Amino acid sequence: MIEGARWRKWVFFYVPMVLFLLFLLFPFYWMVITSVRPDGELYRPWNSINYNPFWTWKPTWEHVRYLFEETLFASWLWNTTFIALASTAISLVCGVFAGYALSRLNFPFAGSLGTAIFITYLVPQTLLFIPLAEIIRNYRLGDTPWSLILTYPTFLIPFCTWLMMGYFKAVPKELEECARIDGASRWQAMLYIVIPVAIPGILSAGIFAFTLSWNEFIYALVFLSSPEQKTVPVGVTSELIRGDVFYWGPLMAGALLGSIPVAIAYSFFVEHYVAGLTGSVKG
Amino acid sequence: MGQVVLKEINKFFDGVHAVKDVNLQIRDKEFMVFVGPSGCGKTTTLRMIAGLEAISSGDISIDGNVVNGLAPMDRDIAMVFQNYALYPHMSVYDNMAFGLKMRKFEKPEIDKRVLEAADILGIGDLLKRRPRQLSGGQRQRVALGRAIVRHPRVFLFDEPLSNLDAKLRVQMRVELKKLHLRLGTTAIYVTHDQVEAMTLGDRVVVMKDGVVQQVGEPLELYNQPANKFVAGFIGSPAMNFAVVTVTEANGSLIAENSGLRIKLPDETAQRLRGHIGREVMLGVRPEDLTVAGSADLDLPCFDAVIEVVEQLGSEILLDMKVGENIMVASVEPTARVRVGDKLRFAMRPSRLHVFNAQTEAAI
Ligand SMILES: Nc1ncnc2c1ncn2[C@@H]1O[C@H](COP(=O)(O)OP(=O)(O)O)[C@@H](O)[C@H]1O
Ligand SMILES: [Mg+2]
Repeated sequence: MIEGARWRKWVFFYVPMVLFLLFLLFPFYWMVITSVRPDGELYRPWNSINYNPFWTWKPTWEHVRYLFEETLFASWLWNTTFIALASTAISLVCGVFAGYALSRLNFPFAGSLGTAIFITYLVPQTLLFIPLAEIIRNYRLGDTPWSLILTYPTFLIPFCTWLMMGYFKAVPKELEECARIDGASRWQAMLYIVIPVAIPGILSAGIFAFTLSWNEFIYALVFLSSPEQKTVPVGVTSELIRGDVFYWGPLMAGALLGSIPVAIAYSFFVEHYVAGLTGSVKG
Repeated sequence: MGQVVLKEINKFFDGVHAVKDVNLQIRDKEFMVFVGPSGCGKTTTLRMIAGLEAISSGDISIDGNVVNGLAPMDRDIAMVFQNYALYPHMSVYDNMAFGLKMRKFEKPEIDKRVLEAADILGIGDLLKRRPRQLSGGQRQRVALGRAIVRHPRVFLFDEPLSNLDAKLRVQMRVELKKLHLRLGTTAIYVTHDQVEAMTLGDRVVVMKDGVVQQVGEPLELYNQPANKFVAGFIGSPAMNFAVVTVTEANGSLIAENSGLRIKLPDETAQRLRGHIGREVMLGVRPEDLTVAGSADLDLPCFDAVIEVVEQLGSEILLDMKVGENIMVASVEPTARVRVGDKLRFAMRPSRLHVFNAQTEAAI
C-alpha cells in the first residue's frame, strides 16, 4: 500500500461521507424524534434547564393516535395510495408504449416529437394548474380523486416516456430483429422480448412516477377541497396547521407515516431500480 | 431448397449509396461468404436478404419467389447476429424454442428439435442456464442452435465469430464447416476476415464500397484475382505491388522501375503486348518469392535489401526494400537471413499478376 494511503482514505472518503450522511439523515431523525415526543417536551422553552431537543426519555404514541382518531389521516393515506397507484399505472402504460414508439419506430419527426414531449415536462405545474382547474371544473371532477388521477399524467407521462425512451434505446435492436426473424410480429416481439428485457427500466419509471404523485402538492391543494378527499401532503399541512398554530407532534407523525410507503417502495425495488438507472442489459 | 437470387440490388441510406447494383446467384446448399473491409455493405446486403432492411431497388428472390415485400418471419430464414442477440431473460432452452413456439409447433416436436440441436452442438447440459451464465463460445453455440432448430431454407450469419478469441474462432470455424456439411442448408456468411472467407466458403463474394468486386471459389480468387483490390485483400501477408513501365528489348518484354528490372516471362508478356511504353501494376505474392539459387537464374529476378526479419516458425517473413518499394517475401524457415543482407530474389513466372495502372483491373 502506498504510504499515507490509509489516512488519505479517512480524510477524503470516510469523514466526508459521514458528514454527508449526517446532513442528509438529520431531518429524518428530527421527524422521528418529534413524532414520539410528548407535547410537554415539544413546547418547552429553549432556556429551561431540562431542555434536550435531540433526545426523549418518554416516547409516546399519542401523536399517532391523534392522527388516526382525531383527523382523517386514514382516509388521506388511502386516497393518496389509490391516486398514486392509478396515475402511475396510466402513465406507465402510456409511457412504455410511447417510449417504445419514439425510440424504435422510424416515423417522420420522431426525434422532434420526443423533444416536444420532454418540453411539456418542463412546463411548471404552478402555471399549468390554472388551465387545468378550468378543465376540471368543466368536467365537474373537482373534489374527486379523478381530478388528480387524470391530471398527474400531464407530468408523469412525459417523464415515463422520456425515461423509457432512453431505456429502450439501450436494448440492442438485434434482440427484436432476431425475434421477428424467429416468427414474432412486431407486437409479439415487443411483448415477449423487449418489455421483459426492459422490466428494470419500467420498474424505475414506476417508482419515480409513484413517488412524484405521492408527494404532489399543488394540484392536490387546488383540486381537492373537502377534508375527506385530501391526500396526505395536503391533509397534513392544511388540517394540522391552523392559522399560526403548528401541531408539531401529529404533523411530524403524519409526515413520517406518509414517507414510509415511499421508502418501502424504494428499498423493495432498489436492486432493479439501480440496474434500471445504469441501463444494463447484458446478454 | 434454398436458392437465393439478388438482381440489381441497390441500397441508399439517405445520401449514402451503401450497396450498388449487386447481382448474385446463391445456389442451393451452397456456403456463400461475403467478405470485404468494414463499411463495404456486407451487413446491409445480408439484412436486405433477411428482410430487416428495405431494398431501395432491385429484386431478391428465394427459391424463385420474389420476397421484396415479405416480412422477415415469412422468408423462412434464420440469422445469427454478431452479438448473438440471445434473449437475456430466457433460458437456453427457451431461447432455442422461441422461434418454434411463435410458429405454433407442438410441444413434443419443439422438444425433439431443441434436444437434437443441443446434441449436435454439445450444449445439452446448458439448457436450463441463462445466457449471462454462459461463456462466449457457449453463447455462440446457443445462437447457432436457435437457428438450426427452425430448419430454415437459408442461414444468414453476420460475423458470428468476431467476438470470440482467436483460438476459439479457429475451432468454431471448423465446427461451422462441419455443421454445414451435415445439415446441407444454404448459408450466407458475412465476414471481414479473408481467412474465414477462404476456409469456409464454397464460393466467396469480395465487396468494396458497396460494389461486388469478384465472385468465385476461394482458389479462383487467390489465383486469378479480378483486380488489384481482390489481389491485395485475399492472401496473407498481402500481395506485393509495384508500378513498372513496360519496354521492349531484343524481342522480349522488360518491366522496370527505379529499383527493379525484370524480363517478363512469355505468358505474362503475351498479355502485355498492348501496353508497351506504358505503366502497369505488377503483383506478386510473398509466398511466390524465393531466395534465388544458381538454378533460378533464368527466372525473373531482382535484388533487395532486407530490413526486417519476422520469424513465424513455419515460415520467415522478410520485409525488404526494392528500389523505392517495400516488399514482403515469405521464405523457408531454414533460410539464414539477417537484417541488412542484400539478396537476389526470384519469382515464379506463372504466379506473376499484372493490373492496369489506372483501372486496377487484371490484365
Ligand atoms: N442504418 C444506417 N443508416 C445510415 N447508414 C448506414 C446504416 N447502416 C449502414 N450504413 C452505411 O452503409 C455502409 C455499409 O454498411 P455495412 O453494411 O454495415 O458495412 P459492413 O457490414 O460491410 O461493415 C456504411 O457506409 C455505413 O455507414
Ligand atoms: Mg457489418
